[in-house]
Amino acid sequence: MAWKTQLRTIAAGAAVATLGAFAQGQAADAADLDLSGKTVNFVIPFSESGGSAKWANFYAPLLSEALPGKPTVAVKYMPGAGSTKGANWFQKQRYDDGTTIFGSSGSTQFPYMLDDPRVRYDYNDWNVVLASGVGGVAYLPPDIAKKFDGDADDLKDINFIWGSQGATRLDLVPLLAWEMLGMKVEPVFGIKGRGAGRLMFERGEANIDYQTSPAYLKAVVPLVKDGKAVPMMSWGVLDANGDIVRDPTFPDMPTFKEVCAATAACETSGDAWEAWKAFFIAGFPAQKMVFLPQGAPQEALDTYQKAFEAVIARPDFKKLSEARLGIYPQLTGKQAEATLKLGTQVDPKAKAFVKSWLNERYGVKLN
Amino acid sequence: MDLISTALPALGDAFALILHPEQIGFLILGVVLGLSVGVFPGLGGIAGLSMVLPFIFGMDPVSGLALMVGLIAVIPTSDTFASVLMGIPGSSASQATVLDGFPLAKKGEAARALSAAFASSLFGGLLGAAVLTVFILVARPIVLAFGLPEMLMITVLGLSVVATLAGRVPLKGIAAAGLGLMVGTIGEAGAGGSLRMSTYDVPYLIDGLSLVIVGLGTFAIPEIIGLLRHDRPIAGSDSLGAGWAAGVRDWWKNIWLSVRCSVIGVIVGIIPGLGGSVVDWIAYGHTVQSSKDKSKFGSGDIRGVIGPESSNNAKEGGGLVPTIIFGIPGSGSMAIFLGGLGLLGYDAGPQLIQYELDITYTIMWSLALANVIGAGLCIMLSGTIARLTTIRFTLLAPFLFMMIAFAAFQSRQDLGDLVSLFAVGLLGILLRRFDWSRPAFLIGFVLSHQTENFTNMANQVAGAKFRVGLEQGFSYIASPIVLVILALTVLSVVIGIRQAKQILPEGAVKTGKKRAPMIFLLAVTAYLAVAWVDALSIDLISDKIFPLTISSITLVCCLLLFIQMMRSPETDAVFADREAAGNEDHTGAGLWGTLAWFAGLLVLSSLFGFILALAIFLVAFLAIRARLKWPRVLLLSGAGILLICVMAYSLNRDFPPGLLQDMVRLPWPFA
Repeated sequence: MAWKTQLRTIAAGAAVATLGAFAQGQAADAADLDLSGKTVNFVIPFSESGGSAKWANFYAPLLSEALPGKPTVAVKYMPGAGSTKGANWFQKQRYDDGTTIFGSSGSTQFPYMLDDPRVRYDYNDWNVVLASGVGGVAYLPPDIAKKFDGDADDLKDINFIWGSQGATRLDLVPLLAWEMLGMKVEPVFGIKGRGAGRLMFERGEANIDYQTSPAYLKAVVPLVKDGKAVPMMSWGVLDANGDIVRDPTFPDMPTFKEVCAATAACETSGDAWEAWKAFFIAGFPAQKMVFLPQGAPQEALDTYQKAFEAVIARPDFKKLSEARLGIYPQLTGKQAEATLKLGTQVDPKAKAFVKSWLNERYGVKLN
Repeated sequence: MDLISTALPALGDAFALILHPEQIGFLILGVVLGLSVGVFPGLGGIAGLSMVLPFIFGMDPVSGLALMVGLIAVIPTSDTFASVLMGIPGSSASQATVLDGFPLAKKGEAARALSAAFASSLFGGLLGAAVLTVFILVARPIVLAFGLPEMLMITVLGLSVVATLAGRVPLKGIAAAGLGLMVGTIGEAGAGGSLRMSTYDVPYLIDGLSLVIVGLGTFAIPEIIGLLRHDRPIAGSDSLGAGWAAGVRDWWKNIWLSVRCSVIGVIVGIIPGLGGSVVDWIAYGHTVQSSKDKSKFGSGDIRGVIGPESSNNAKEGGGLVPTIIFGIPGSGSMAIFLGGLGLLGYDAGPQLIQYELDITYTIMWSLALANVIGAGLCIMLSGTIARLTTIRFTLLAPFLFMMIAFAAFQSRQDLGDLVSLFAVGLLGILLRRFDWSRPAFLIGFVLSHQTENFTNMANQVAGAKFRVGLEQGFSYIASPIVLVILALTVLSVVIGIRQAKQILPEGAVKTGKKRAPMIFLLAVTAYLAVAWVDALSIDLISDKIFPLTISSITLVCCLLLFIQMMRSPETDAVFADREAAGNEDHTGAGLWGTLAWFAGLLVLSSLFGFILALAIFLVAFLAIRARLKWPRVLLLSGAGILLICVMAYSLNRDFPPGLLQDMVRLPWPFA
């Protein structure tokens, strides 16, 4: 143990030293924005528990080392109103000295796309500097999984119970997917976080669940090994053409698209499919983004872009991020902007479909 | 046994790891930071951990753990200072401590109450750590045995304490709890997101009122205003009674109470999803119900301090169990702790116990040592700090207002925080004045959300189980654990009702004229009626059923109270009024004039921002109300502002901005 610790300290020290040299070299050419002695507030519109906090706390120390002047990067939590409170606050911010950045998530995008009355923000006004994707996996208890053979035809008669945070959140994607497959899933709303949903599954109160990839890797894979859970499908990832393909983190799992194609009740075209795909993109491949406020000058954008690029280029980044974020694209620059568009603009038809579905099925009115 | 052969060496390894000077140094640093943050009401583990998190990355894991655990472990120790000395619930874990702790301080026995509390905290903390050590290896099935029906029953057990604390007129106590439950439903419903008693035009209300604000409003503000009307120290006179050694002896005399309450704390802590807010009430209820002589509870019984304080530190050890084995945080501070663990290169979950047991046990040792160091420091300091209660209260009050306003603002960082603090404070003052049980109100509020959510969810899951078969359904809702807790709840209510009249949670209150108590009752009834209509207009059954049921029951209580008032003479306890002749409040300075000072601070804040408002407020208060000489006015005001600035700066916190800040850009701390 002792030598392990030492080794880790030395390795970390070496990494810091190399990176320090690297960052200093950078500071020289981006001479305009020096953050030394300052504190960068990385504001997220969520509470301390949950995926966004994890993601922000993962990036904060790395970003601190990569920004010119090595400012302290502190994560600030501004939860409320399903993250719209923090986003509304950020909408009112104007660029000052580059010490305010904002991290949004799929749960911030969904209300925006669905014209939620609480939304007073506009993604078009913000400046994206990083986009992080993520994936998700649905899984079943072993006895039910026996009836699943690549299509959901034999799952029609089962009464599924699922712990959900709410129909207008990220949970919209799995709910719609299951419904398209013809499965009867009754969501139990009001749980706090997906971790609580997994506990319901483990206790046998729920008999279906999904987790985002990092949580799946960490907490469900051990259950799978113990024979207490069986993966059903992943949501997949987008390839360069915008098509859904298998998730490289889970190459052996079929995607929802494959399962849908194999299931009689489900179609991979038409209104429902387009709507699902639009919200899947907003919720997963474009799940988390970092923004600078309105009025940020080009040099500030460049500084942050370079810093995030430096973080992603760290030799140990893959190792660090794999366990905590999964293997997913971390995009900057033009690619991040393209992701922002994909993740916040939705076809009016898809929007109308989801809105009427939410209303009919769950009595949710968004007007 | 295999378990022991792996656990014992790991325990030894972990002890060796933590016992290096560097690691102990970080542990002490964590303890000192935790104590300093915990002293301020409204700032707890979340603020403290957020402060150290930027430095965790790259630290040696054992040092990093020692720092973080040291900090978390002592928060429920040091928040006792505010609860006992000022009557301000320092955090949700020490609300019940106020009930007896503060009356003791008023009797001049603050040092005794504090040291008894710290001794209990120490004991609870150690027991929690010990349980964590053994339990973490076998706890998984036990934690999984607590499903939604079990959690609902524990919440109901928490609510049953209302029966004990209802006061002389049980109907009033139930109505107060009902009102608390209803206030707790304000905002977006947990299940379907329908709005209750709020609109999208007032975004602040959508998330409901926060626990910190309701805690401060119902307990701190009424007490501070009440004390301020008499220009004398909290302790009544300048002399202090029994010292810290007496407190430790008190704890020893009640060692079994401490053991039982620690066990309660550990058990409630272990169940993920319940959170710390219910544990101190259950412990308090148990303390009262299991004591023979109950006459002094509420007016300064040392056992009322020992019970809750034993449970709230034990809860931290218990709370680490689900946090570590399931990776599910039981509270906000546990969530940040998990984040910090990630920064050190570890992920919570079964693998941590399986492959890194020594790291897991480092957490356990840190917890134990931190409790010893923290409680030791606090006991040593308690004699000195208790002297605060001998200072003329008029000199203390403006700084308490400052702390409370700042603490309330931390919950949402919104001007609405100050408005709601004032509104709840006003309600708290009236509840106190007319002797409606404030603890009952607070318990109702605290448990409202959980009660509603667990009821809805358990009902839904049970429905599905019953559809599968009768047997499945019954074995789900009537598990042995549910039945045991149900029995405990019934017992607690029966004993509680029988004893309620002996227990005066807030002392005896004389009665006055009929008019004022009647008007207050009608106002409460009116609110409930509006809430009832509002609930009726909701479409989703899941979102309307709870507020509709609770408001109906509470309205019936109010109606019965009204009938009782019409029939009873003025001397009936139902007309209790602290402003009436013969009560302490009758003599002091005017209520509204005193409250106006606090309102002034809030109004000024909304105009000029907090720091400028505070400067004006402190100077004006100390010069006019406290009648100090100018040099001292300026010195004290400057010191107060400096203190709050240093604290906000080191914790990276903002101050409430006002209209001025919207118009002009100002440098920190004015902006």
